Formats: sequence, C-alpha cells, structure tokens
Amino acid sequence: MPSAPAGTLYRGREGMWSWVAHRVTGVLIFFFLLVHVLDTALVRVSPEAYNAVIGTYQTPIMGLGEIGLVAAIVFHAFNGVRIILVDFWSKGPRYQRTMLWVVVGLFVVTMAGFLPRQLMHIFGGN
Amino acid sequence: MAATSPDLAAPRSPYARKKVTRTNYELYSWMFMRASGVVLIVLIFAHLWVNLVAGEGVNAINFGFVAGKWASPFWQVWDLLMLWLAMFHGTNGVRTIINDYAERDGTRLVLKLFLYLAFTVVVVLGTLVIFTFDPCPTDAPADLLASFCTA
Repeated sequence: MPSAPAGTLYRGREGMWSWVAHRVTGVLIFFFLLVHVLDTALVRVSPEAYNAVIGTYQTPIMGLGEIGLVAAIVFHAFNGVRIILVDFWSKGPRYQRTMLWVVVGLFVVTMAGFLPRQLMHIFGGN
Repeated sequence: MAATSPDLAAPRSPYARKKVTRTNYELYSWMFMRASGVVLIVLIFAHLWVNLVAGEGVNAINFGFVAGKWASPFWQVWDLLMLWLAMFHGTNGVRTIINDYAERDGTRLVLKLFLYLAFTVVVVLGTLVIFTFDPCPTDAPADLLASFCTA
C-alpha cells in the first residue's frame, strides 16, 4: 500500500464534508450501540441493576448526550437516503449538492421537533 | 484512385478485463449497506419515538417498561431485527474505515480482530437477552415489576 500519496483526492465542499460527517456520525452511533446492548443486557442480571444504570441515562448531562445521539442518527439516516439516491437515481449525481441542503433542512426540522420535547423531559420534571 | 485501407496488423490480444478478486464480496457489502440502511431508518426512528419522544420519554424507561415491551413477540422481533441489522451495518462500516486508514497489514488485522470480537459478543449477548428475558422474576421486589406481573 502506498504511503503519503502525492497531492490529495479530497475535493472539499459539500460532497467531501457530507462524506466526512457520515463517517463520523456512523462511528459515534456504532460505539453507542455497543454500550447500549450491554446496558440493556442488565435486565438479565436484576431489575435493580438495570434501573440503577438506566437511571444515569435520565440525568441532565446524559439527556444532552441523547440530543447529540439523536442528531447523529437523524443526519446519518437522511444523508444515507441521499447516498442511495446518488447511487441509484439517474439524476442523483447532478443533484447531490441540492440534496445535501434538503438533508440539512430536514435535519433542522426534525431536531426542532425533538429538541423542545427532550428538554421538557430532562428539565421539566415529566 | 481507388480508396484502399491500410493493412494494419491484428492487435496482439483482444482486450480482457483483468479479474483481481475471486468473489463479488465488496459488491454485496455495498448493496447490503443500502438495503439495511433503509430498513434501519424505519426500525430506529420508531424505536426512538417509543423510547424517547412518546409519553414521558427517557424518564419512563425502567425494568417494567422493558418487560412491557418484550412481553410481546412484536417488540422481540423488532428489537432482534434492529440488533442484527444495526450490528452488521455498523461493523461493515467500521471495517471499511479500518481498510481506508490503517495502512500496515498488522494494524488492520488487529483492529478487525477486535471489531469482529465485539460484533460476536454483542450479537450473541443481545440475542440471548431478548429470548431468555423473564419479565416477572420471582425473587424481585414487586414494585420494580410491570403491573401485569402481580395482576
């Protein structure tokens, strides 16, 4: 494998940065998934053990972490649909840049719906 | 003057695409990422809605909440499908990233061994938990259990 290739293949702009964001969010979600299966597995230990650990998910700091998690999942999901359209829709490559801004728009709308709901759950006492 | 075509020698050999791999493994992996991705959007968005948005959100989750869901085969199958598809999708994604950035053969081997070990442990553990789960353990205090355990 060649090390230190001459120049760079990275072109910047929407195409590259959406690809970077897709990788970063994917890795974050994957590591959360590993932890999430382990914490859920505590239901096989005892109700007390599960409740103790899931209780830490209900603290304000973890509540903010859940906002980050949902943001990562929502972007990864919407941008994943964009990747599928680029690959399989005949006009996909031509509209890849437009579609990224559609992804960003849908992301903002989805998070605008989730954010107040989650903040209410974390700080509103219900 | 009659037009004559020049007498060209035949090419040495007809063009043939050189086969560099034995199987279409990477093609199937690429297809799988797209197919599983679409299914995962449905599975995970519903999971997030039920567990984080609806009702009291994350505050409602406790042992009784999980017992209520897994008392139904619907959520057992839902969560099993989500576990398997997400683990295959995520593991395959991290495999691609390792192949892209780890340049030394030894580094790639070690990282992928850890990855596949994590995959196996999490998938086996998660599957066993879903199917061996007891929603009403007899030795647990009743106030921690779902209401249908005492009814």
